[in-house]
Amino acid sequence: MTLNGWLQIALFFGLILACTKPMGLFMTTVMEGRKNWLTRALSPLERFLYRICGIDSTVEQRWTQYAVSLLMFSLVSALLLYLMQRMQQMLPFNPQHFGAMTPDLSFNNAASFVTNTNWQAYTPEATMSYLVQMTGLTMHNFASAAAGLGIALALVRGFARQSADTIGNFWVDLIRATLYILLPLSIVGALFLCSQGVIQNLHPYTVATTLEGAKQTIGQGPVASQEAIKMIGTNGGGFFNANSAHPFENPTPLTNFVEMFFIFLIPAGLTYTFGKMIRDMRQGWALFAAMSVLFLAGVVTAYHFEQSGTPLLARNGIELAATDAQSGGNMEGKETRFGIANSALFATATTDASCGAVNAMHDSFTPLGGLVPLFNIELGEVVFGGVGAGLYGMLMFAILAVFIAGLMVGRTPEYLGKKIEQKEVKMAMLALLVLASSILLFSGTTSVIQFAKNSYWNAPGPAIASLTNSGPHGLSEILYAYTSATGNNGSAFAGLNANTPWFNITIGLAALVGRFLMIIPLLAVAGSLAKKRQVPVSAGTFPTHGPLFVSLLVGVVVIVGALTFFPALSLGPIVEHLLM
Amino acid sequence: MLQQIKTAVLITIVLTVLTGIIYPLAITALSQVLFPSQANGSLIVSNGKVIGSELLGQNFAKPEYFHPRPSAAGTGYEATSSGGSNLGPTSPDLSKRLGADAAAFHKDNPQQTGPLPSDLITASASGLDPDISPASARVQIARVAQARGISPQQMESLVGADVQGRQLGILGEPRVNVLKLNLDIDRQYPLKR
Repeated sequence: MTLNGWLQIALFFGLILACTKPMGLFMTTVMEGRKNWLTRALSPLERFLYRICGIDSTVEQRWTQYAVSLLMFSLVSALLLYLMQRMQQMLPFNPQHFGAMTPDLSFNNAASFVTNTNWQAYTPEATMSYLVQMTGLTMHNFASAAAGLGIALALVRGFARQSADTIGNFWVDLIRATLYILLPLSIVGALFLCSQGVIQNLHPYTVATTLEGAKQTIGQGPVASQEAIKMIGTNGGGFFNANSAHPFENPTPLTNFVEMFFIFLIPAGLTYTFGKMIRDMRQGWALFAAMSVLFLAGVVTAYHFEQSGTPLLARNGIELAATDAQSGGNMEGKETRFGIANSALFATATTDASCGAVNAMHDSFTPLGGLVPLFNIELGEVVFGGVGAGLYGMLMFAILAVFIAGLMVGRTPEYLGKKIEQKEVKMAMLALLVLASSILLFSGTTSVIQFAKNSYWNAPGPAIASLTNSGPHGLSEILYAYTSATGNNGSAFAGLNANTPWFNITIGLAALVGRFLMIIPLLAVAGSLAKKRQVPVSAGTFPTHGPLFVSLLVGVVVIVGALTFFPALSLGPIVEHLLM
Repeated sequence: MLQQIKTAVLITIVLTVLTGIIYPLAITALSQVLFPSQANGSLIVSNGKVIGSELLGQNFAKPEYFHPRPSAAGTGYEATSSGGSNLGPTSPDLSKRLGADAAAFHKDNPQQTGPLPSDLITASASGLDPDISPASARVQIARVAQARGISPQQMESLVGADVQGRQLGILGEPRVNVLKLNLDIDRQYPLKR
């Protein structure tokens, strides 16, 4: 591990810390519909959109209506994506003449993009037309992130309001988040990325004749516009198979730095927005602190193990210590321009958040280096987390943390002045259990399920015949797939060949379960909290802004994650480390 | 409920037009004007023919060229099937591949006896890595210089000039773009035919 590596990590974290307040303040004004520096330019467009969609922006919704709006929008927009994928051969902007995608793959991808997962079971540059990339994937990148932001805000409103029936208007949240936050950032981001070498055109692929006389077909396309929102919206679905490792998506160390910055920018800012909306900044910084502890622990672990390399590399005479002229460590599946530090940092950030973009192949990480991204997702992606999803996930854990603290002292728990009662705890537990069961049941089933060779469900034969790696690493590939889908992350141990009906359908279902069966209970919590009155602070109130609460929160996140997944992890990455 | 469905349909259409059509097309138009070379793939053209992109690696196997890292993209540097090997740290296939590549390297570069730079025989994440580390370039200098009939010192200074440091002095790792280096060599020390 090098001084320069640590400096880059410190620079990254320092910049996030510096931007949390301004970003949080800006998002507060947007989501509360107050004046900000973009109002003059964008409010006519905002009003125009309300008018043509028939939305009354002054009317708010109960939590049930909010949930129905979210579900309706998700259903309609996912159907549109499904249809476009099935019919792309008849639509324009398809210079490579790609044919229709199969029904199971189209389902998988529609489920994956509408849930902000962006798991991709195919090689995009050899499968998908420019039109579907733009109108299908880019649009969902905006919409799923904006929806996540809205849901987080709805939950925060639940804490901030008293004796209220409503928690906001889904359509208004969706449009404001898209128009004021995601679009302006993406426009600036896309142009910056393009200036560094990310491509942006609608040309057919270029055929080059290499210096040694071979043919090389170079993929083209509208990449920069998708790349920017892919990171800003913590989506993570690549224009190319290699995702942010591909030089056309992430050409330089600077683009890499900016892409990582984009992953955390909105989620970190939301902790400030949260503090602002409940009128107690200390509460927001407490969440920020808990997230930072978990983030730093992840980076240090991943960096350490990737730099240490593996005995296999050492046996082949490979230098594992970093020098001025080479990175050392485990460079299998990593890019030269990023080296070890940036690959470990990116892998940690992308799985702390529910982004899922990768600049290195997690499948080729060392066992414990690869455990970091896997465990990060299993913790619920609450370390800054996805756009919106990170905040509402962490608030779910905060409810559990005060519940546990309440059990210890025998008092009714309170959080932010609201009594946390049976309904809230039940709903938080439900959300948590749904995630764990989806991951473990799908992984367990897939590990043992048998299919005949050339069967419809899985042509290679039994589900495990789709693995690139065998033994404990094979189990890690399966576990990672369902963890990533359920957590709406989308990164992969990509050795798993997941483009078969069995994997497409189960992974698509896991993504839907992980998104909506978590959101609906949390919206119910929001509705129930909004109705309650604020309880005045008394001598018996457990303060939720100090180091004690931060430690308790971190403890609950880690212990719940560890208790749930330790058996599975010990059969995968941990035993592989011991065998290595 | 009916009203909700109607709004959902309308807003899907509106967002598709705004973020799926207007936004990417506007970015395309702007970037074609502001950054035409980058927007079109940073292509390198020589005598009217595209020979590659300076951002994408390509195969080099001849001794008179510097070689890139092993590539798992298709049959090697296939730019339409980017990706890594996805082989795990205990994979027997990875063990076999590393052993074969290390042996091949030592056969082609008998002068080299020290440890191998970590990027030299490991496959990149994209399979299209345009770069190698400065160390991986240096261990090939003797071979390329010999094949070109020039002294290792001449080659050393050429390689030194092509080393890109960390961006802004801090970001990323030092590296050498293999295609650009090989083009520079062809220009300075053309092969006698």
